[in-house]
Amino acid sequence: MSVLAPAPGAAEVYRDPARQARVRRRARRDALVGMASLFGFVIVVSIVVSSSPGWPAVQETFFNGQEFISTFPGLLEAFWLNVRIFLVAEPLILIIGLLVALARTLRSPIFLPIRVVATLYVDIFRGVPTILVIFLLGFGVPALRIEGMPKDAVFWGTAALVLSYGAYVAEVFRAGIDSVHPSQRMAARSLGLSLFQTNRHVVLPQAVRNVVPPLLNDFISLQKDTALVAVLGPIEVLRRAQIDASSTFNYTPYVGAALIFIALTIPMTRFADWIQSRSRSRRRAGGTS
Amino acid sequence: MNSAILSVRGVWKSFDEHPVLRGIDLEVGAHQAVVLIGASGSGKSTLLRCMNGLESVDAGTIILDGDVDVTGFDTDLDVVRRRIGIVFQSYNLFPHMTVLDNIALAPRKVLRRGRAECDDQARGLLARFGLEAKAGEYPDRLSGGQAQRVAIIRALAMEPEIMLFDEITSALDPLLVGEVLDAVRELKSGGLTIVMATHEMTFARDVADQVCFLQGGVVLEQGSPAQIFESPGEPETQQFLSRLPH
Repeated sequence: MSVLAPAPGAAEVYRDPARQARVRRRARRDALVGMASLFGFVIVVSIVVSSSPGWPAVQETFFNGQEFISTFPGLLEAFWLNVRIFLVAEPLILIIGLLVALARTLRSPIFLPIRVVATLYVDIFRGVPTILVIFLLGFGVPALRIEGMPKDAVFWGTAALVLSYGAYVAEVFRAGIDSVHPSQRMAARSLGLSLFQTNRHVVLPQAVRNVVPPLLNDFISLQKDTALVAVLGPIEVLRRAQIDASSTFNYTPYVGAALIFIALTIPMTRFADWIQSRSRSRRRAGGTS
Repeated sequence: MNSAILSVRGVWKSFDEHPVLRGIDLEVGAHQAVVLIGASGSGKSTLLRCMNGLESVDAGTIILDGDVDVTGFDTDLDVVRRRIGIVFQSYNLFPHMTVLDNIALAPRKVLRRGRAECDDQARGLLARFGLEAKAGEYPDRLSGGQAQRVAIIRALAMEPEIMLFDEITSALDPLLVGEVLDAVRELKSGGLTIVMATHEMTFARDVADQVCFLQGGVVLEQGSPAQIFESPGEPETQQFLSRLPH
């Protein structure tokens, strides 16, 4: 080696330059190989798809530029309803999920009814497909014709999403509560904190932190499932696409609707990934927050 | 010394069919330091946990200050735990709170004191144990010895009459054991009543007023440190002590 290494302990950090150069060369080569491989893959797939006998028809029906341009603004406008459903449903889901999860941790016999109701709720709404809940509430409740009961399809569709997702989120919160080590509860109780104070100040703050990534996952899922409300008739993005498609027999609006959902869920997914990796690296570094 | 602040009488405890305590009798005098020694699994930790109601007993009574039965069905354990603090082997600090909040939480919420008063008290205690610089740190930034001293301070902030120490140095790097034991010594000289399970025999000899040797879920032998360490009466005690590294 021509480069002279410092004497032991003479520097804070020392990396052999020759070694470093090799590491950099390898990283550059890996990047090139990756790009070439990806490029080749895309070319092969495009050739296979575009040379298939049905491609011209599919392109005309699903990827029609003119159709896209004429329907997309309408789709965007309709999507605003999905956004509103999501924005109303999500906070309600969080509240219901947390309350139900807490109800299921109650141990005192006097709370048995609350616990039974919470358990039944989770069992039922986790077991029934969301679309069925939407059907049952959206068509069933207005049919009862109870005075003062809203008949609005958007209202019942949102309510069904809240009930269905509330059950899932309750289970996420419950898993979070279970993930807090029993010794934390024991330490809190041994200081004289009551059961309620222990939950409020020691268990829940840690539980919520632990479940942020799975909660974000459920948010993403909910964003997509707002489209299920379409079965009740309100013109949200999927319903709009259906109407457009059936008037021209061209399915491009469906692709447009899919693009809108992707445009919203991809940033959300990346955000969830980022949160997850941040909490992981913080735990590794033992850092502060 | 006939006025015991904590008296354990005929306490039995088993987990499923596995017996841990098999009729424990123990008197702890006020301002005394009682050290529990014995092999792992001899019931030291379980006994300490029973003493502040973290474990229920199967039989027997534990009387605090002559009038409160810790094992009673209608006893308000939150009140008992305000009077008997405990520190665990694994610190169990709250990871989402700063050192200061760890210490001030219970006084604020349980004793309903003002935040400023509790923070002042916490800072005072931290200073007493040489940790005032750590008030704003989170627990995972502390060394084991610092974390354990914070755990001691956290229990101390409730101003308990009795402190229970459950092998508080067993998880520590040997270099850090001393600073934690010094903290215990400091509490002892302040007149606090202490019950401590430990494997630190030199420390036990130094600080204890009374040493209890537990084996098979009973107090096999008890007496002054001199008595137990210099001339143990029971062959099991002799055997246990002779197997310890010196």
